[in-house]
Formats: sequence, structure tokens, C-alpha cells
Amino acid sequence: MSAPQARIANLTDLRHAAARGRKSLLPNRPKILVGLATCGLAAGADEVYEAIRDEVARLRLPYLVASTGCIGWCSQEPLVDVRLPHKPRISYGRMDAPKARELVQGLREGNLKTQWAIGLLTGHDNPVTRTRTRYSKQSARLDGVPRYEDLDLFRYQVRLVTRNCGVIDPASLDEYIARAGYLALNRALTAMRPEQIIDEVTGSGLRGRGGAGFPTGKKWEVIRRQAASPKYVVCNADEGDPGAYMDRAVLEGDPHSVLEGMTIGAYAMGASEGVIYVREEYPLAVKRMLDAIRQAESVGLLGDNIFNSGFSFRTRVVQGAGAFVCGEETALIASVEGRVGEPRQRPPYPAEKGLGGKPTCINNVETWANIPVILMRGGEWYARLGTATSKGTKVFCLVGAINNPALIEVPMGITLRQIVYEIGGGILRGRNFKAIQTGGPSGGCIPEAQLDLEVDYESLTQAGAIMGSGGMIVMDSATCMVDIARYFLTFLADESCGKCFSCRKGLQRMRQIVTRITEGLGSEEDLSLIEDLGWMVRETSLCGLGQTAPNPVLTTLRYFRDEYLAHLREKRCPAKVCRELITYRIEATLCDGCGACVRVCTSEAILGEKKKVHTIDNAKCIKCGSCLEVCQPQAVVVS
Amino acid sequence: MGERIDVDEILRDRWERPENLIAVLQEIQSRFHYLPEEALCTVSRRFRIPLTEVFHVATFYNCFSLQPRGHHQVKVCLGTACHVRGGQVIMDKVLRELNLPTGGTTADFGFSVEPVRCLGCCALAPVMRVDERTYGHLLQSRVPKILKGYRLPALATV
Repeated sequence: MSAPQARIANLTDLRHAAARGRKSLLPNRPKILVGLATCGLAAGADEVYEAIRDEVARLRLPYLVASTGCIGWCSQEPLVDVRLPHKPRISYGRMDAPKARELVQGLREGNLKTQWAIGLLTGHDNPVTRTRTRYSKQSARLDGVPRYEDLDLFRYQVRLVTRNCGVIDPASLDEYIARAGYLALNRALTAMRPEQIIDEVTGSGLRGRGGAGFPTGKKWEVIRRQAASPKYVVCNADEGDPGAYMDRAVLEGDPHSVLEGMTIGAYAMGASEGVIYVREEYPLAVKRMLDAIRQAESVGLLGDNIFNSGFSFRTRVVQGAGAFVCGEETALIASVEGRVGEPRQRPPYPAEKGLGGKPTCINNVETWANIPVILMRGGEWYARLGTATSKGTKVFCLVGAINNPALIEVPMGITLRQIVYEIGGGILRGRNFKAIQTGGPSGGCIPEAQLDLEVDYESLTQAGAIMGSGGMIVMDSATCMVDIARYFLTFLADESCGKCFSCRKGLQRMRQIVTRITEGLGSEEDLSLIEDLGWMVRETSLCGLGQTAPNPVLTTLRYFRDEYLAHLREKRCPAKVCRELITYRIEATLCDGCGACVRVCTSEAILGEKKKVHTIDNAKCIKCGSCLEVCQPQAVVVS
Repeated sequence: MGERIDVDEILRDRWERPENLIAVLQEIQSRFHYLPEEALCTVSRRFRIPLTEVFHVATFYNCFSLQPRGHHQVKVCLGTACHVRGGQVIMDKVLRELNLPTGGTTADFGFSVEPVRCLGCCALAPVMRVDERTYGHLLQSRVPKILKGYRLPALATV
């Protein structure tokens, strides 16, 4: 977009870029920001963005209209933010094109449209430099609009990895630099020896954020000591766990933070080449990353002799091809090499023999994005956050049956209860909490009794789940735990690469048995058979996929055995989910005969004249639930 | 579908090394919406990789298809969050609307439908993507209208 820039070779050049970045970050004219990450776009943010640009151009207003990444307030997408010079930033939620136009017109007349405002942002912390940029000099208040720091959703958050998401325009290198970007790389290359960097990372206690939690500093140390060359650094952005999208949010909202982290790591370990492996379902993340690499190359922040230090580093993007198992590091390497993504025996670990048989450091997106902060603030500072064994913060995707689905970054050690009830605002429609599923298909379902668990790697493992990449899916009384077990087994049986017989066949058998239970055809012996099979798959599979695959089934059996028994003994699905065990009917006292259900029923199973009570013919009903969705008086009942 | 299968253009600027195999297959897939047998043979010859191995890769990864796909790719998300909020019900509705009881591609090659395991917009669940566009907070009742929007232009291009 911008003209070709001069090479950034030292601190002075960085300061110049930062000055340019500040001009667009905090301009002396009104600025309108639209969240244009994938989730915003899915909610219609592109139309909102177009409408605002149109309206600003039509009215010839001197406003700056820009895009930004995800601030994590997912339930309010599409989000629009307005900042007038020297004033706090106002967030508007659930915008659409007509409202957006009206907002622009209002701004021109000095009307802030506070009725649509959902939050007031008074400034931004920068964890890299430990500074806070205040948006206005006076104490900021706006009637009826809560301040971010007073909202439960944001009160507990400590945003290190997501420090720039929703703040900067991800397409602007200057804005990243204005937020102290590439300062850590400059310090690393010009003032630190590789050993010092690894000491800081080790001292920080940072553990791999991809899920397994291996100490990052230790891994770096092993690779540093390898004599073979070349060495590689890899960013694992094959975020396959359903229910987790923090990596996508960082890649889309702040791609340079990952590049900076990787470059620092490469210098510390003596690597000269990098690979960013992004799953193919994330086209926008790929685009953002490619743009960021091009920008960094054009100013010399990637390439030869970075900051005139003599250190050279290049990186490229490789797109996945749709295989969950490629998140496993040896499978990922096979895929980067153009082969089928099957894991292999470890050791040797990729740290010794990875890409092309050379030492390779594979870290997750979130791990890399932590590095610049750790380097600038010191490992000791980072280690003060979190619990005894798990330091720092963790980004979680809080979704499912919850009032405020959100992308949050919180210190390790926060309780699940705080996450669900305070940050998440409790359960949807006032229903009862049933379980929280963490760690994706390798994780487990944690019940109400364990909600006071302080979240860290060890506590979640003890509960039968895992930290995983950080997806948290909240389940309420309308979720059937047997159905969830069947869901994960289906997922894993599909995604098992098939190399190990036990994983391939064991999961298929488990799926068969659990499916039988959901159909009301199981027997009580099935439960011990599942447990036996689960144990076998765990003990005899080669990679993490198989070793953790039984977790969802085993935790649901451990905590929700009564639901299995209801399916087995009474042929009843307590959550009214399993299709073979439920029927639909219309409650005669509630039906007003509007006929909405008749119009949507594609199997012609609903009988009755207009204005008269309708009935469902169970022989024809396919239990699709269309009538339930449209019935205003809620006369459709599932039993 | 009488199009000549010509992959020379795709292969022209490619270094024919094994690590580029997946990327080349991805380009062929996006160009033809599937991997024609002829193209796989050409790739095998040019890359000096046995056809069985090319076939192995082509059948291992979900993004490849050996059958021709439709003009519009409908991907219904069946990630965990979508599952909890009725993703399967949306999937069934899409299949009923397009008269595809077991999934796959419509007879007129207008649509191909497949499940996808998480598009990463879990807060908007249930979600589906048609080509490049993602639709969130889906209800069964919205599905016919969304699909209708793609039906007409598809007919126009045939």
C-alpha cells in the first residue's frame, strides 16, 4: 500500500518508522476502526467497512478509516471503534451497514450515538515497554458506557500475546513498530549473545503453547548445541483443534509479532531458515503472513545482515492440506517435505533430526509471539505471572453455551469458575452448566465439581483433560455427553492417519460402540469394553493423537456415567439430543395455529388447519428440528 | 467438463522437487476443482515420483478430491462449538435443500458439500462457508436463501 520504504538498519530507523506509525495509530483527526478478522468478516464486517468508507467519501470527511484485528469481544461482532483526537476510543457492537452510515453522519454533527456504544477504551498498555498510552488527558467518562477496565470480560485479562490485536492495523509494519515492535529483535541482535537470550527464555518458564507444554528454553538449548547445519525454526500454525482460534487471531491481527519471535529464536539457536505452517482453512491468516514477510523483507528486517549484525534469516509460508494429524510435529515435517503427514517414532526428536534431517525447532504461534515481550521485560518478570509450574499468560477461546463468547488472555492459575461465570458471563439462557471441554479432541470434559480448578498444565491433566491449544467449549444441560463422546470419536477416527493399527481400528470400534449407545441399542458391558479399548489405544499408539484420543470418552465416562446409563437402561437421552431416542410433538395448549412450522417442514409431517392446533405425524417426522426453530409460542416440545 | 487438462502452466515456474508436490497439487485442485488423473500422471512423470506415491498424497489430505467438484464449495462447520449449537442440523438442512442425501456434488455441478472441522469462528456458531464467504449464527430457516444466492450466477456461467 505505502511507497517502498528505506531499509531499517538501526534504532534511529526504528524510531522514524515508529513516528510514522503513531501518526496513523493515533492521528490528529477522527479515526474509525473496523475489526476485519475472519470472525468479524463472517458477521458482516466487510459490508460495514465498505459502508463507512463510502459514507466518509460521500460526505468528504477528513476521517481516517482503518482495519484492525480481533480484540476478542466475539459476541459483539462486527465491531466498530471511533476515536476522536485526544479522546477515548468508543466501541460499537453488532453494527451493520445502515447503522454504520448513520454513525458516520452522527459523528459529523457531533453526535456520538452512545446508544450503540458498548465500551470505552481509555488507553492501551504496551507490555513490551511497560508503558500505557492514554487516549485522553482528562479522566474519561461517557454516560451509560462502561469502561473496558470495568467490564468483567476485560478486567482479568493480561494481554501479552494479543497485545496488538484490535489495536493496530495488521497490514501496517509502521504501526507494529510504533507499539515497540522489532525493538526486542534489535536488542537481541545488537546487544545480546545467543546464550543470554536462551537464559532469559529458560528463566521465564515459558512452556510450549501448542498443548504439550515442553519448556521452550530447554528445547532451544538442545538445538543451540547441535553441530549440524543448517538449522530450521518452524512456526506451527496448523491450529486443528476445533474450538480454538487464538493462532488465527494472532496471525490475522499481529503477524509481525510472530515473525519477530521467530527471528529472535533463529538467532539464538543459529538457524537461518524458517517455515510457517498454516492450515488451509485460514486463507486470511496466510495472506496476512505473506504480506508481513514481504514488508519485513523490503526494509531488511528479514533477509541478509539484519540490523547490520551479520545475522541473516529468511522464512516462508507453507499451507497445510487439511489433515488434523499434521499438528503433530513429525507429521508436520513430513507434510512440509511434500509427503503424507504420518508421524514417526521419536526419538530422534526434531530438535536433533527434523526438516531434511537437520535440527529443527517447532514452536506454536502463541509461543513465538511471547518471545519479544520476554526479551524486553526479562524472564524473571514473566515468571512472576502464573503458577508454580506454568508461567505467564494463556490465550483461551471461550465458546459454546456461554453468554459472552470471547477470545481472552489471562494469567495461568485463574479458576475455571472465574472464566465461565465472570469473564464469560455465565450460561446461555440461564440454563445449568454441565461441563467445560478443554484441549480439543485430545482433551476432556470437566464437570461442575471441578470448576474451582486453577488452570495450568498440571491441574488440567490431573482432571483427565489437557491444556491443549486453549479451546474451551462450555456445555449446558442441552448437551448430551454421550453424543459429545461420539462426536470426538468420529472426528478422531476420521483424522487418524492409519499408521498404527490400534489407533485406526480401536477408534473405529469405539465409535461403533458409542454410536450404538446413542441409538439406545447398547448394553452395560459396552462401558467396560470402551474403557478397555481406550486404555489399549492410549498405550499402544505412536503419536499424541492416538495417545490422547480416548480422553474425551474416558472423561465423560468418569464424570457423566449416569448419562450413559440413562441411554443404556432407560433408552432415554436426558439432554434430548440423540435422535433415535427423542420424539417431537406439539403442545396443544400452546399452539396458536400460525402454520409457521408447516411451511418449514420438508417432510410434510405436520398436520392441521390454519388457526387450529397442529400435530406431528411421527411416522413422517425426520426430527430435523426446523419446526422447533420457528415456533414463536414454543409449542414444539421434544421428549 | 470438456476442458483440456493442461497443467504445464502450473508446473512451468515450479521447481520440480518433492517438497513442492503438495503445493502443486493444491494449485491443480484450485484450478480444476479436483485432481484429474491425467494431471496426476503428468506430475508423477515430471517430479519423478511414482504415481502410487502421488496418489497416496492426493488421497491422504482432505483438501484434495479425485472427483470433479461443483462451482460452489459449501463447507459446513462441524467443529465442537458448532456441534454443540446445532451444526449437524444445519448440515442436514443443506443436504436436503440440495437433494444430496449422502453429500458430495449436485448433478448439475452447481454445488459440492462437505463438512469441515472448525473454521475458527466458534463464537458465531453454527457457521458455514460458501466459497470465500463465511456465514455465522445460522438457523435452518436461513439456509435456503443463502444457497439461492449462489444458484443463479452458477446457472448463468454454464
